[in-house]
Amino acid sequence: MNKLNTYRAGADEGGHFGIYGGRYVAETLMPLILTVEKAYATAKDDPDFWAEFHYYMKHYVGRPSPLYFAQRLTKHFGGAKVYFKRDELNHTGAHKINNTIGQILLARRIGMTRIIAETGAGQHGVATATVCALFGLPCVVYMGETDIERQAPNVFRMKLLGAEVRSVTAGTGTLKDAMNEALRDWVANVDDTFYIIGTVAGPHPYPTMVRDFQCVIGNEVREQITEAEHRLPDSVIACVGGGSNAMGLFHPFLDDEDVRIIGVEAGGHGIETGEHCASLTGGAPGVLHGNRTYLLQTDDGQIIDGHSISAGLDYPGIGPEHSWLHDVGRVDYVSVTDYEALTAFQLCTEKEGIIPALEPSHALAHVTKIAPELPEDHIMVMNMCGRGDKDIFAVAKHLGIDMGGIDQG
Amino acid sequence: MPETRIGRRFAELKAEGRSGLVSFLTAGDPNPETASEIMAGLPSAGVDLIELGMPFSDPMADGPSIQASSLRALKNGMTLSKTIDMVRGFRQHDHETPIILMGYYNPIYKYGVDRFLADAKDASIDGLIMVDLPPEEEGELCLPAIKAGLNFIYLTAPTTDDARLPMVLEKASGFVYYVSITGITGTRAAAIDDVRQSIERIRRRTDLPIAVGFGIRTPEQTAEVAAVADAAVVGSALVDLVRDNLDADCRAKPELVDRVLGLVGELAGGIRIAAESSTP
Repeated sequence: MNKLNTYRAGADEGGHFGIYGGRYVAETLMPLILTVEKAYATAKDDPDFWAEFHYYMKHYVGRPSPLYFAQRLTKHFGGAKVYFKRDELNHTGAHKINNTIGQILLARRIGMTRIIAETGAGQHGVATATVCALFGLPCVVYMGETDIERQAPNVFRMKLLGAEVRSVTAGTGTLKDAMNEALRDWVANVDDTFYIIGTVAGPHPYPTMVRDFQCVIGNEVREQITEAEHRLPDSVIACVGGGSNAMGLFHPFLDDEDVRIIGVEAGGHGIETGEHCASLTGGAPGVLHGNRTYLLQTDDGQIIDGHSISAGLDYPGIGPEHSWLHDVGRVDYVSVTDYEALTAFQLCTEKEGIIPALEPSHALAHVTKIAPELPEDHIMVMNMCGRGDKDIFAVAKHLGIDMGGIDQG
Repeated sequence: MPETRIGRRFAELKAEGRSGLVSFLTAGDPNPETASEIMAGLPSAGVDLIELGMPFSDPMADGPSIQASSLRALKNGMTLSKTIDMVRGFRQHDHETPIILMGYYNPIYKYGVDRFLADAKDASIDGLIMVDLPPEEEGELCLPAIKAGLNFIYLTAPTTDDARLPMVLEKASGFVYYVSITGITGTRAAAIDDVRQSIERIRRRTDLPIAVGFGIRTPEQTAEVAAVADAAVVGSALVDLVRDNLDADCRAKPELVDRVLGLVGELAGGIRIAAESSTP
């Protein structure tokens, strides 16, 4: 395959990254999608829009998040020098807020007065409910019935923040069904409603727009690593569900050919078992939720629910730009199992005093595999995209530990 | 004489001086045998065009009724290939009633567009309605379908404004499907005055027949819509009746087929009343 002059030019006018992306939505929504596209195209070139965005990034989210040299883990691995991008220190505890701030500013620009969102683990729901509280807009979050049960603390958080959490029982009651339901709401409320999608997926312009908001991660890393090491890293690594934290870290490095880029998918019980969420490793191209991308699906094109210990990676698709980067070979996508992620979760907690979310624990699990084999002058940056407070009950359960009187319900 | 079954059917309706009834049912709901039995009875019960839903796990533009019908069909082993076979079975006894497949793109994409179009043509399927393929994505299936000799029916919505309408109508063939509400299937009905105005707006830009769907459930509503459009589409009300005639184990009760065809007959009656009352 010919090498491209740039990997950062997409999406094209129709929202495509190679054959991926696009605008596969019902006609009722199409005019609104075009309005969002136009509004974002204008906002993107407006310095005032970005000034406002960065104002909130600094004073509300707490950016820049630190780039932290994980000294004890580095010593433990005895190989590559490992840095964590500390996006788990953001307000609300994950990278999700970078995107929800960006989108709500856009929603306000086009005069929308009601916000809807989908959520799986509840992190995006919390981040959306948070910005709705901040700007005084009513917020409805769709969440699968199954997820509501396993993520009770986040459901309560959203309610405290004033959001209405609507339980989705259709289909299998998980993230993909929550997204279907949010799209149904949007179709019925096109006049006043803005849909804040939580990841780099959905119809154009969402994959591009969410990526641009999350690029604050990678842009900061470039500056911070240059300051710390006087050069760019040798590798950057992040977990991938829908893929927004990964895209935010990767995109600013796509054209630095010496930087190796690795995305880590959720391998669940193992790809061979069929119980996983690794769309790229174990799925095939298809069309869902407004875009063409790799999907977990049957031979008949029906969407299959994935499995992962991490609710945040539990989505049967992936952002279309990741699909393209996978096909053109610029990014290596690998997978790790639930068990490996759990082991990494414990290791990080013990060695660094950082309780990671189960999502970045997947990235760390891959770091534990490759870092020991790399030379000491290899600099690796991993995105610590969320903190693990929300996961301690799930982890306790998997470790067979009785939390006694502490009940997550 | 129009070249296609859809064209011929609308020409016949025009000659009869009435609008058409389009029925929507999901292929394989509640199971392949019962669904085929219902389908076989539709023309004599008064249906003029048959819309057959291709079951999909994630029907984003459909309400709870049609979602549930898709899942019932899939649970009972329905596939795209079996949907096409269902049409083949129907065609052994009926060569005239137009059949339109309606659904979402992924099952067809996975099946392979060329293979699908060849099989659809071979099974004498007449047209396609694809919920998630707007004109912006016409290269995927619309243009290949037209080339293969199938009608590609575009949806227009209340949100499709005058600036956009010509683009949607440009490649439309067979008829135009006007989605009468901003919303999902089976939820609420549009005000008939709004529908009339919208149809006039579309008629100024196309000679194609216009069918109206979403939210039409009763013979009265069907009559109302038939008075202003070339056809009325009824879906969720029929699908609900399938659901209501299942036993506790989701098996079809003996009276299911008759009940569904009975409602079809009443709806067809509504259409004919509309025709009589509008005769000058």
